[in-house]
Amino acid sequence: MNMIVCIKQVIDPEAPPASFKIDPSGNKVVPPAGVSPVVDPYAEYAVEAALKVKDASGGKVTALSLGSNQLRDIVKKPLAMGADELILLEDEAFDESDSWSTAYALARAIKKIGEYDIIFCGREASDWNAGQVGSGLAEILGLPSVTLAEKIDIADGKAKVQRKTDEGYEVVEISLPCLITASNEIGEPRYPTIKGIMAAKKKEPVVWKPADIGVDAAQIGAAGRRTKLQKLFQPVREGKCEIIEGENPEEAAANLAVKLREVKVL
Amino acid sequence: MAENKGVLVLCETKEGKLASISTELLGGGSKLAKDLGQELLAVLVGSGVANLAPEATAYGADKVYVVDDPLLKDYQTDSYVPVMEKVVGQAMPQVLIMGQTSIGRDLAPRLAFRLNTAVSLGCLELAIDPQSKKLLQTKPVYGGNAQAVFITESFPQIATVRPKAMVPLAPDQSRKGEVIKIDAGLDASAIRTKVLEKVPEEVAGIKLEDAEVVVGGGRGIGSAEGFAQLEEIARLLKGAVGATRPPCDNGWVPAGAQIGLTGKIVTPDLYIAVALSGSSQHMSGCSGSKAIVAINKDPEANIFREARFGVVGDWKKIIPAFTEKLKELLAK
Repeated sequence: MNMIVCIKQVIDPEAPPASFKIDPSGNKVVPPAGVSPVVDPYAEYAVEAALKVKDASGGKVTALSLGSNQLRDIVKKPLAMGADELILLEDEAFDESDSWSTAYALARAIKKIGEYDIIFCGREASDWNAGQVGSGLAEILGLPSVTLAEKIDIADGKAKVQRKTDEGYEVVEISLPCLITASNEIGEPRYPTIKGIMAAKKKEPVVWKPADIGVDAAQIGAAGRRTKLQKLFQPVREGKCEIIEGENPEEAAANLAVKLREVKVL
Repeated sequence: MAENKGVLVLCETKEGKLASISTELLGGGSKLAKDLGQELLAVLVGSGVANLAPEATAYGADKVYVVDDPLLKDYQTDSYVPVMEKVVGQAMPQVLIMGQTSIGRDLAPRLAFRLNTAVSLGCLELAIDPQSKKLLQTKPVYGGNAQAVFITESFPQIATVRPKAMVPLAPDQSRKGEVIKIDAGLDASAIRTKVLEKVPEEVAGIKLEDAEVVVGGGRGIGSAEGFAQLEEIARLLKGAVGATRPPCDNGWVPAGAQIGLTGKIVTPDLYIAVALSGSSQHMSGCSGSKAIVAINKDPEANIFREARFGVVGDWKKIIPAFTEKLKELLAK
């Protein structure tokens, strides 16, 4: 099984909410000082999904990441988890990509990689939560796709994918090659082992520039955007909480129940 | 090229009726259509769905497109995308909206790429810009830490909308609307997937999304036994129990109980938030609650900025006393 997993480096979504700041230009987020970026947690589920398939059916996992200023110690994490190769699409020309320009550049890189059975993406990324690069990539590459995968089994040259639905789940059989987006139900991403970390240290990523994948400059980064960001803002909280007091916690609790009854919330 | 006009709503069905998300979208869509001075269009895609056209009309649609074909019984990307491509080609809408559901999340982006246009997924609000007449697509980004407003220059402008973000109109059975049947024209051999089985999630008691009272617990609850205490309040108030992500990850409650950006969205009359800090991620699943009550030992916790009433203290002391008092009050 030849597998490609799309990942990216993002601002740590677990950073304290108070550290979250929007640039005065009003269209981007200021990376919080002193907080290291991370591999997008949703993409880590995609890495885990690919490694699970590799555990069961063997094969090779190539991680593919797009961006600029990608910190090697960060983006090498899939290697430390068990991926075999890492390819970085790295250039400032990729900055401010939206789902279109991202999917376009990734598709060019995947065509250059050539052989694959399954492409994995996270179901969305933790920064813009766009949730469409996977489907867009499948469309550009003309592949069948299943999104929101919870479990994947390979048999007889096909994948059986348990897909999360609003009602529960469904099991979808899909022909290969295909694209699968992983949901968090796939299971916690594995921790890198010491052996994995050592192997990742020794392995240098392959770096491709826009020219290496033959992209049209008008279709990548900000130039290739199909959505315009008109405004980015933090919703204002009202902050009018009435604190119910009491001599002790028990009394405060009873007073709360009485209050809720009084104002007819109950 | 003909001009794109109208607001088209993809209607999903459930148990032989329009799904609640669809009546919500028709309600929200009718406002957009009015602001544009254009028609509200609906499309029904499925097998045995044609009879629902009058319902879509009653909920506000001026025209209903129907694509009814046995091959459309189950949602599959390879069957729904070409069908929707065909519908959009015929209806030529300016705006296309779908629900942020397991169907919409899969269909909308793939269709947008096929149609060479853009989409915003999981919008909280849609509006028409009074000057440009473009669709303003507001959605949470950065896990709910911020919201972004996007616009699309190409047509149709596509968006998916989260459940409960829009309000249905009161159905008017006397409304008349045009029904246009479109042949699916599908080639079964071009569908590269097969749905082998569908398994509904088992829910004991009241469904979280439908509950009028939700008791939500966070990491601070600490155990499944702790959640049993929240269950007692939920039973008392005929509500349901939800949770932030850590309790689900730790198996104290089923994964289906998760409320938030990556879980369910609830809009109860009362949300009792116990031992949870109120992260943006969680709040984006419950901020539509009519009243939030917070119980947390940290007076600085964000949840107190969201709540109408709060008690600062250890939930282990507060919850039993609160439950007792509730029983007493409800018995009166």
